[in-house]
Amino acid sequence: MRLTKEQQALLNGWQGETMAKVVKTLVMYGEAFGAERMVPITSQYGHTVISFGIGVMKPVYQLYDQLLGANAVSRQPFSADPRPLDKNIPSSFLQDVVFKFMYSQQERYEDQLRKLGLMGEDAYSCACYLPQVGNVPGRGEILSWAESSAVVYANSVLGARCNRNSGIIELMGSIAGFVPEFGLLTDDGRRADWIVEVRTSKLPDAQLLGSAVGMKVLEKVPYVRGLEKWLGQELTEEACAYLKDFGAACASNGSVGLYHIHGLTPEAADQGESLIRENAPVYVVDDEELRRVKESYPCIWKDKDAKPKLCFMGCPHMTLSQLKDWTVKVEEGLRASGNKKVLIPTVFTTAPAVEKEFRKTDYALRLKDTGVILSTICPLMYMNNPLSKKMPVITSSNKLRTYTSARYYSDEEILAKITKEGK
Amino acid sequence: MGRTFQGRVVTPGETTAPALVSHGGFNTLASYQMALMFGDKEVKCGDQNNPDLYKKPMLGKALCLPETIGSTTGGMVLYTACALGKQPACMLFSKPIDSLAASGAILAANWTEASMPVVDSLGEEFLRYVKDGMTITVSRDGAVTVEEGKES
Repeated sequence: MRLTKEQQALLNGWQGETMAKVVKTLVMYGEAFGAERMVPITSQYGHTVISFGIGVMKPVYQLYDQLLGANAVSRQPFSADPRPLDKNIPSSFLQDVVFKFMYSQQERYEDQLRKLGLMGEDAYSCACYLPQVGNVPGRGEILSWAESSAVVYANSVLGARCNRNSGIIELMGSIAGFVPEFGLLTDDGRRADWIVEVRTSKLPDAQLLGSAVGMKVLEKVPYVRGLEKWLGQELTEEACAYLKDFGAACASNGSVGLYHIHGLTPEAADQGESLIRENAPVYVVDDEELRRVKESYPCIWKDKDAKPKLCFMGCPHMTLSQLKDWTVKVEEGLRASGNKKVLIPTVFTTAPAVEKEFRKTDYALRLKDTGVILSTICPLMYMNNPLSKKMPVITSSNKLRTYTSARYYSDEEILAKITKEGK
Repeated sequence: MGRTFQGRVVTPGETTAPALVSHGGFNTLASYQMALMFGDKEVKCGDQNNPDLYKKPMLGKALCLPETIGSTTGGMVLYTACALGKQPACMLFSKPIDSLAASGAILAANWTEASMPVVDSLGEEFLRYVKDGMTITVSRDGAVTVEEGKES
């Protein structure tokens, strides 16, 4: 790899041994992918996937102490994934004990984040790119982010350039101020390897379609045709919310870091099908294929017919428009079934900044009246312990389903369960 | 009789260990989170979506896989596993390594004392040939020898 004089000096220890190790790590990372140079990070903000102070992750916090001790802090402010705890979420006494044990390093870690360059106390959201959160990179900007759902959104919907970096590596990029140039940072790496033909009878559930595409193409770049007839050719709030959920499922059920939607996402709108590589294979998604994918999900509940004890919506965090739409849907569902409150304890999760905006609207009280709890927690973190794992939890998030024991249902099914069926 | 596959060294090292084979993408977070969080001594795989590995011990095994998938905490999880001495004996990829696995391997090589040789680009035939329990020997030059019929 060719380094600039300044980069070489850093590698040689000009700013100390720790900084040299940070640069060495980035150089090795680039060399593994044939990168020939480092490129400067041009976005205003970074984003880190690590937001949790889990006891067992002590090696991470020790490493961060080492960075702070050497004054190796981020050159750009950054946001972070959602916090793992929220007292408003229903939990048993035992769960509270487990959470306290599990997240014993939370205070220590949040203090480290502040010192390393966190944007602010409201900067905890996986959907950092929502306008209310304020970490919205521009097209073509180079990022050093991690969080699979945020990276795929920034690349695909915003047209920024970011590899699927891991936690820790993303911070090291922000500390150095540069990242190795490879993969999704290059024009060639952004070309489509697969064509996905959507031939369903209606707009598919974003999370189900994303799951099907992710499992099929894995780390490759898909070019999706057929969605434009429902989503249109403009990145409206509704389309962006759909793509947020679609991308999160692609990224967690496979490892997609970029997708193109014909006529809609920036590069597809500009370059069209010239983005597609020659002889790209075609994956046809119709109603039958989606049914097959959905039925393939294992249910690891001990009692498959158990009554759900909790419903999580908002992984990734819900947008302001999704919160409003779901408030109306839940109200209408309850009205139609003659119920006043949701029949299953239900939590909607969103970014702290979105929550504040939502609470300024009359929807907030209306949602509260339905019994739905609004939270800024990370549902994944709530679910990651043996007690929560035993709980029958339902969700329409394919990311949450993938990493936990939560059971997936479509949006329509979830609505029926929480407003009408209660089981 | 053994069969040797030549790959590319991502992080160097030598080891001999029994094979554990995932034919689908290896979801690092889903596979490790429960085992690390609750101190499972055998480090059993917790990914219910991976029928090849679910509930099988991963500690000290030669993990043979096409690539890793899933959350971008993957590299951090792998780094933590290495720092805690809970890593596989080695990771052997049939495909070119992905960015998350590479991050974990490189973080571990630079910031921990753990030894976990990582070799990639071993080819599809490698994954077709290798079976759970076969004995794997990794050399520093990226040569991976698979011996048939030997159980761990």
